[in-house]
Amino acid sequence: MNEDTRASQEALAGQPPRGTSPEEWAKLAASMVPPRPPAWRRVLAKIAHFWLLVAFIAIWQLASVFGQNFVPQLDVMLPPPTAVFSAALDLLRRGELITNILASLYRVLLAVGAAGVIGIPLGLAMGWLPRFRAAVDPLLEFVRPIPPLAWIPLSILWFGIGDTQIVYIIFLAAFFPIVLSSMAGARDIDPYLVRAGLSLGAGPGELFFTVVLPGALPNIFTGLRVGLGIGWMALVAGELVAAPSGLGYMINNARTLFRSDYILLGMVLIGALGLMLDFIMRQAARFVMPWHKGQ
Amino acid sequence: MIQVEVAGVSKVHLTIKGEALLALHDVNLQVMNNEFFSIVGPSGCGKTTLLNLLAGFEKPTRGELRVGGKLIGKPGWERAVVFQEYALFPWYTVEQNLRYGLRRKKIPDAEQKRLVEHYIALVGLRGFESRYPRELSGGMRQRVSIARALAVNPSILLMDEPFASLDIQTREYMQDELLKIWQREPKTVIFVTHSIDEAIRLSDRIAIMAPRPGRIEEVKLVDAKRPRDPTDPRMVQLAAEVKNWLRQRVSENEPAPVTEQAAS
Repeated sequence: MNEDTRASQEALAGQPPRGTSPEEWAKLAASMVPPRPPAWRRVLAKIAHFWLLVAFIAIWQLASVFGQNFVPQLDVMLPPPTAVFSAALDLLRRGELITNILASLYRVLLAVGAAGVIGIPLGLAMGWLPRFRAAVDPLLEFVRPIPPLAWIPLSILWFGIGDTQIVYIIFLAAFFPIVLSSMAGARDIDPYLVRAGLSLGAGPGELFFTVVLPGALPNIFTGLRVGLGIGWMALVAGELVAAPSGLGYMINNARTLFRSDYILLGMVLIGALGLMLDFIMRQAARFVMPWHKGQ
Repeated sequence: MIQVEVAGVSKVHLTIKGEALLALHDVNLQVMNNEFFSIVGPSGCGKTTLLNLLAGFEKPTRGELRVGGKLIGKPGWERAVVFQEYALFPWYTVEQNLRYGLRRKKIPDAEQKRLVEHYIALVGLRGFESRYPRELSGGMRQRVSIARALAVNPSILLMDEPFASLDIQTREYMQDELLKIWQREPKTVIFVTHSIDEAIRLSDRIAIMAPRPGRIEEVKLVDAKRPRDPTDPRMVQLAAEVKNWLRQRVSENEPAPVTEQAAS
C-alpha cells in the first residue's frame, strides 16, 4: 500500500461520527445557513438590480441637456427625463393624467379579461377535442391574420368612437394568442398523466378538471401575458386613431400641440404599466401554480 | 381459476410514415386468480403494448382480452397501473396523488386519510406528504406511484418495469414489500420487467417474449417457495436458462420464424 494512503487512513481513524437524530441534522443544516442580511441591505440589493435602467435614464438626461449645445431644438426633439417628470407633475395637477391612465388601464383589463373568459375555454376545448379543433381551426386561422388595426374603421362604424370600440380592438388583438396557447397547453398534456387519471377511475369531466386544466395552466398564463402585451399595442394604436381619452389619446393630442414632453411621458407610462401588469401576472402564476418551476 | 385471459391477440401500430407494424402477434395467455405473473423480454418485444391492452388504454387489432370472463373495456381502478415513468400529477402533493383514486372511488374522507397514512408508511415516505413530485428523487417518485396504485385496492395490479430506476438496495426492499403486500392482500399482479432475476425472485410464472413481431415464446413456472434464495441451484439454473435463451434471440438479430397456429 502507498505510504500516503496509509497515513490518510490513520488520520481518519480517530474522528468520531457526528449527528444522530433527524432533528439534530435539521438543526445542523439550519446552523449552516448564512444569516439574513438586514432589511436595508436587501432593499439596496433589489434596487441595485436596476442599475442598467438607472444608467439609461442618466445617459438620456446628460445627452439631452449637453446635446442642446450641438443639436438645434434638441429640447423639443428629445426632452430630458427631468422635463418628462415635470410634465407628469403638471398633468397630475390638472387631473388629466390619472383620468387617461385609468381610461387606458380599464380598456386593457376589460378587453384582455374578456379575451381570457372566451379564449381560454375555447382553446382548451380545441386542444382536448380533436374534432372540435378540426371544425374551428379553419375559421380561426382565417380571421387571425387580419390585423386588429384593420378592424378600426368598421368598428367605429359599429360602435362609434368610445370605450366599446377600443375594447373591441384590444379584444381582437389579445384573443388569438390566448386561444392558441390554451390550445397548445391542452393538446400537449403528458399522455401518461391522462392514462394515470383514467386508470385511477376518472371520468371525462374529472379528467378535464384534474389533468387537462392544471396541465395547461403554464401555457394559459403565457398566453395571458402575451395577450396583455399585444393588448397594449392595440390600445395605443386604437386610441391614436380615435378616442376621447387614454394614454394614446394623450400622445396624439400632445403631437398636435407640439408637446414632446407629454408624448414621452405617455410612452414611459405605457412601458411602466405594461411592466407592472406583467409582474402581477407572474406573481399570480406563482400563486396559482406553486408546483411549477416559475416563469 | 382463470382471471385474465388473452386469446389470439394481435396489435398493429402505425409508424409515423404510415407503415403497419406488428407489435404483437397472436398472444395467448391465462393468468390465474391472485397469481404473480411476470413478462420478460428484450426491449421492443411488445411487453408494454400488452400491458396497455390489459389496462384498456389501447384496443387489440385482433383477438380478445377478458378479465373474469368479461371483455376488457375502459381503464379503471380495478386494473390499476404503475407506470415506468411514474406518471405522478405534478400539481398534486404526494398525499393528493394518493387520494386521487380514493376520491374517484368515493371512499369516505376518514377512510381516505387512514389509507393514505397506511400506504405512505408502507413505502417509507412519512414526512413527505405535502411535497410536490418535483421535490422528490426518482426512487421516491416511483414509490409514490406504487402506493397510489395500491391504495385503490385493485383486483389486478399492472406494473410496467416499476423498479427499473431504483437503486439496487431500494429495489430489493421494494420487491420484498411488494411480495408482503401481495401475500397480505391477495391480488393478481402482472409485472413487466427486463430483469430476469427480478422476475424469478417474485413470480409464480414468467412469460418470455420475443420481438419483431412481439410474441410470447414460452411460459416458465417458478416452482419454489418464497422468500426465494437467488443462490438456490434451481433458481440459478432457471435464470441461466432464460438468460441464455434471450441472449441467443438478441444476438440472432433476425426475426425468429413465426409459427402459424391453427387458430390464426
